[in-house]
Amino acid sequence: MDDAKNIIARRIAQELHDGDVVNLGIGLPTLVANYLPQGVDITIQSENGVLGVNGSPEKGKEDPDLINAGGKHITVRKGSSYFDTATSFGIIRGGHVDATVLGALEVDEKGNLASHMVPGKMVSGMGGAMDLATGAKKIIIGTLHTNSGKPKILKNLTLPITAVGVVKLIVTEMAVIEVSPLGLVLKEVAEGTTVEQVKAATEAELLMSPDLGTFSVQ
Amino acid sequence: MKNKVINITEAVDRIPDGASIMIAGFLGNGTPHNIIDAILAKGIKNLTIIANDTGITGIGISKLIAAKVVKKVMTSHIGTNPETGKQMMAGTLEVELVPQGTLAERIRSAGAGLGGVLTPTGVGTDVAHGKQTLVLNGKEYLLELPIKADFAILGATIADTFGNSFFNGTTKNFNPVMSTAADTVIVETAKIVEPGELDPNIVMVHGIFVDYIVRSNSNG
Repeated sequence: MDDAKNIIARRIAQELHDGDVVNLGIGLPTLVANYLPQGVDITIQSENGVLGVNGSPEKGKEDPDLINAGGKHITVRKGSSYFDTATSFGIIRGGHVDATVLGALEVDEKGNLASHMVPGKMVSGMGGAMDLATGAKKIIIGTLHTNSGKPKILKNLTLPITAVGVVKLIVTEMAVIEVSPLGLVLKEVAEGTTVEQVKAATEAELLMSPDLGTFSVQ
Repeated sequence: MKNKVINITEAVDRIPDGASIMIAGFLGNGTPHNIIDAILAKGIKNLTIIANDTGITGIGISKLIAAKVVKKVMTSHIGTNPETGKQMMAGTLEVELVPQGTLAERIRSAGAGLGGVLTPTGVGTDVAHGKQTLVLNGKEYLLELPIKADFAILGATIADTFGNSFFNGTTKNFNPVMSTAADTVIVETAKIVEPGELDPNIVMVHGIFVDYIVRSNSNG
């Protein structure tokens, strides 16, 4: 599963552009920073109040006053800055974040996202996800294709919605799928995976991109 | 200039059962840990807590949840303290989930004398239930109303005796907005200095908002 997450993170990293301001969600999305292509320099925002996140500190060198939104100790790079929550979400809602990478419980073919609760079972709360999904210029979902075989990419969400029609791109260990006005478009399949396998693991209809490609799983 | 430093027991003596309390911090970072412990030690109960999250199991606000002294929380995230979800599903704790940016703006608007804020966040979701919506220039917004509290408790890195406070690194988070939106504001800090010692350029919570300052034995 860790392999799958790293495959997803590596592919998402190719979607980011030099100079982008990017917010990486907790968990899998955080791994994206490890795979930035040569020459792509981004500024990572964490919504608890920092621009310029720069990875984990060495063991024993943690600054107790410096964490990311996942509660993990971080370091910052030269040119970083700190701010309060109101400013942080002004940055997010105000359209100053070029891309955000978020996890998902479900995504549907209209680009609707469910990520914050499973009624009666798991309630984590939306944290900053609703604001990020509403305010960032590009919403990229990084998720395992299925939940232990159960499709997560659906015709319609079954879980409470986190944001309406915001998802632009879905990257899984099996496929890269774009959300278009016509529906979901299969853009790439992972090396070693067939289109039929992707379709079988996806509840939503998939349109075929005329230039369907593959992506690396190395 | 008034010296507002009191001891921590005197500070929590002012908090009655049933109080609403804003607790600053983000997963325990910038949180007034010693005041939370003192609230627990005194046995204050039936609290309404307004905070970013309900802490991480064993840390910060999670201690209040575990002790079952909270009747309601308004918060953005409870995933790092599963006990909150358990009590919510058991029906013993009321939880109002508020998007993080909306929580900050609702508190800020209370402190800034605004009637509320219009935000696109939450449109079309459960968050919108029962709320007025407005369409402005073709975009839909929710009207989110201000949140005030009886108390705000803050965790500063350095405070002067008047209450001007500095927050290091990412500990600033909800501290500045919460300082403006409660009847009584208590700052906890490990380092207390005299007025004039803190460069006015780095003051992040202003002394005029602060009622009491208490010394912590650690910064958590």
